[in-house]
Amino acid sequence: MSAVIENHHDEHHHGPAAGITRWLFTTNHKDIGTLYLWFSFAMFLIGGAMAMIIRAELFQPGMQIVEPEFYNQMITLHGLIMIFGGVMPAFVGLANWLVPMQIGAPDMALPRMNNLSFWILPFAFFILLSSLFMEGGAPNFGWTFYAPLSTTYAPPSVTFFIFSVHIMGASSIMGAINVVVTIMNMRAPGVGLMKMPLFVWSWLITAYLLIAVMPVLAGAVTMMLMDIHFGTSFFNAAGGGDPVLFQHIFWFFGHPEVYIMILPAFGIVSHIIETFSRKQLFGYSSMVWAMLSIAILSFVVWAHHMFTVGLPLAAEIFFMWATMLIAVPTGVKVFNWVATMFRGSITFETPMLFAIAFVVLFTIGGLSGLMLAIVPADFQYHDTYFVVAHFHYVLVPGAIFSIMAAVYYWIPKWTGNMYDERLGKLHFWLSFIGVNVTFFPQHFIGLAGMPRRYPDYALQFADWNMVSSVGAFLFGFSQLLFLFIVLKTVMGGKKATDQVWEGARGLEWSVASPAPYHTFSTPPKID
Amino acid sequence: MTWIWATRMSGGSYYVPDQSRFPIFMAFSLFVLVMGASSTINNLDDPTSNSVYILYFGFACLFTTLFFWFRQVIKEHLAGLDSNQLKQSYVYGMAWFIFSEVMFFAAFFGALFYVRTLAVPWLAGEGEKGIGIAAVEMWQGFESTWPVIVTPDQGDGYVLAKKSMAWPGWDHALEWLPLWNTIVLLSSSVTVHFAHLGLKDGNRKKFNRFLGITVTLALIFVGLQAAEYYEAYAYYGLTLNSGIYGSTFFMLTGFHGFHVLMGGIMLAIMLARSVFAGHFEEHDHFGFEAASWYWHFVDVVWVMLFLFVYIL
Repeated sequence: MSAVIENHHDEHHHGPAAGITRWLFTTNHKDIGTLYLWFSFAMFLIGGAMAMIIRAELFQPGMQIVEPEFYNQMITLHGLIMIFGGVMPAFVGLANWLVPMQIGAPDMALPRMNNLSFWILPFAFFILLSSLFMEGGAPNFGWTFYAPLSTTYAPPSVTFFIFSVHIMGASSIMGAINVVVTIMNMRAPGVGLMKMPLFVWSWLITAYLLIAVMPVLAGAVTMMLMDIHFGTSFFNAAGGGDPVLFQHIFWFFGHPEVYIMILPAFGIVSHIIETFSRKQLFGYSSMVWAMLSIAILSFVVWAHHMFTVGLPLAAEIFFMWATMLIAVPTGVKVFNWVATMFRGSITFETPMLFAIAFVVLFTIGGLSGLMLAIVPADFQYHDTYFVVAHFHYVLVPGAIFSIMAAVYYWIPKWTGNMYDERLGKLHFWLSFIGVNVTFFPQHFIGLAGMPRRYPDYALQFADWNMVSSVGAFLFGFSQLLFLFIVLKTVMGGKKATDQVWEGARGLEWSVASPAPYHTFSTPPKID
Repeated sequence: MTWIWATRMSGGSYYVPDQSRFPIFMAFSLFVLVMGASSTINNLDDPTSNSVYILYFGFACLFTTLFFWFRQVIKEHLAGLDSNQLKQSYVYGMAWFIFSEVMFFAAFFGALFYVRTLAVPWLAGEGEKGIGIAAVEMWQGFESTWPVIVTPDQGDGYVLAKKSMAWPGWDHALEWLPLWNTIVLLSSSVTVHFAHLGLKDGNRKKFNRFLGITVTLALIFVGLQAAEYYEAYAYYGLTLNSGIYGSTFFMLTGFHGFHVLMGGIMLAIMLARSVFAGHFEEHDHFGFEAASWYWHFVDVVWVMLFLFVYIL
């Protein structure tokens, strides 16, 4: 059964299939990674267009360009699309491209299931977006879809939303199982657990979180479905249920989910800082343990999203302290990144700029998170723009900057071409300024009391909202430059060397640029 | 068709399949299935709606794709294309899949524990000042009991049950279906283990016999569960619409019953493969092993259900 059938001849001739079937039927981790990345970019632009509508509406007080009902649909779809269609698939795409190459595996462990995980997504988002054209409009209850807004008062399209979340969840679970199995079973001999690149570690932990919490989300939407159509009373106090139960279940999923969106970023940034500081990463094992601690703590902090719903005092105190505890491992990571740069021979190529911006701006987002963790303070900040500023700081210059950094860092390996450094830097500075102009003022208007999720606001918030909108347009339109840079790199450019970056270490830099269609058909030798 | 080979350290090789049409067909089937399900559910009140045919078509696509996909995997295995390392991938994959299923049930058990220990007592006014107070004002006289037979709104929007499915006491224990269900399912876990032992000894007859018994027990369980539901709807007035007790009861036992059905079908397929195609060898029977793990998993879930839904 385990007879060796070596077939070098075959390998050399086995490139990608011709035409569209290459993409439809592929089992190749690089093709599937590419599909994921382009899909997430498309979703990023669609979700971004919705953000532009939101910021245009908020440019001035008073109702400007959209109906309040449509505004609600925009904030809901913006959140859902950016999270489930933008950030998560982008990280899965990166995992597909990089994990097999970084551990010396021939492909993902379950290549056909890998294709299935991807192709569910376009269908799921087609359903979600088509709800915009349904009677009663798209889901309008916010991306957190709290009951009873999402049950008793939901538009009919909520049923389509529920089922699209179901299949998205199936896609995520299958993708995560594939990553876990690949990492556990496909490492080249010599790649011990504590020798794995940090991106691989970050994804192992992320995948574990995904498998643990996506089914809980499936449970939550199933209860919604039953409450809406089949008369159950999970979230209806009249029948003995509790709307707060929805929030508990949702955030039991939701809080690990936010770490799902940041842990891979930690891995990426560690690689980039190490490379461009031309030093070995400071504190590898503490990085691993920090990520593990963050992942485990993420299961016991969910109720910090619910401090104002009327929890018992003991619960508030527990969730406050547990949440603050997460600052410790996160602090370890930030310290290690800074310590890696300390006395390094740093150069500031585009990926490094994004990575440094990540460290600084993610820390700002982390600190505002710490403020929100304080129960009495949260009573003031809850559901204001301060929260919006907080999570956009960790998601945009956090998760999304790390994805952009990863694209600039690895695109020479993917395409064989160097990107245009001048344009890359321009893209970075436009994004960096745009993101801060957009979200920093939201701290001020939030602390001053502007609630989130309203299309209109009191006059006192007008100035900073206008600033924020200007920043948002700057950030949004700068991303078209990113699209241009990526396309330009795919089309051609200066040829990249195999190592690409002077300080780059790791198996993926040992193969040719562009990486051959099949890498490591025989496992590499690891010293 | 060309095969791509990857060699591993000790002479093993990892099989990376060539292009395949199955995954995208499967994704498409899921798409049709959920579109059909959503439109059917949204049009439940409309007798002229044809949406249910989309749903049927989705199921047909799904089962067809699954059939041919699994057939392909089995063929590849019989052709000797896979290795011990690939088997290990299946082992890890199945284990993590079962973990995801555990977490799915955890959501419903979590809901049950939450309503039993917190939500229902709060609705009756227990707890710190301020937490249950609004409910007490709204629904005077609601008493916290489990099972909740009288809902906080006194059956205003819900149809109150006459009786619950809880433990009826020793006098009526033998007429109580859940006890029989427990016996049936626990025995089936034992018989599936005997089947496994038979297979490991190379005793196909023993394997087929015990697997047959297991599948029969699975059918009996599903039958008893159906009888229990009939009893609940017809005689107890206990329905999905009876408030939180009915909700948790039917959703937990319903999803469990559905998983028993799936596990039973898996085992039946394994039986058919053994009887009609002579599949599985002493040291080579992962398809069966995976199905049997799944079976033990539904058994463990049942034990939890029996404790927390029926007994306590």
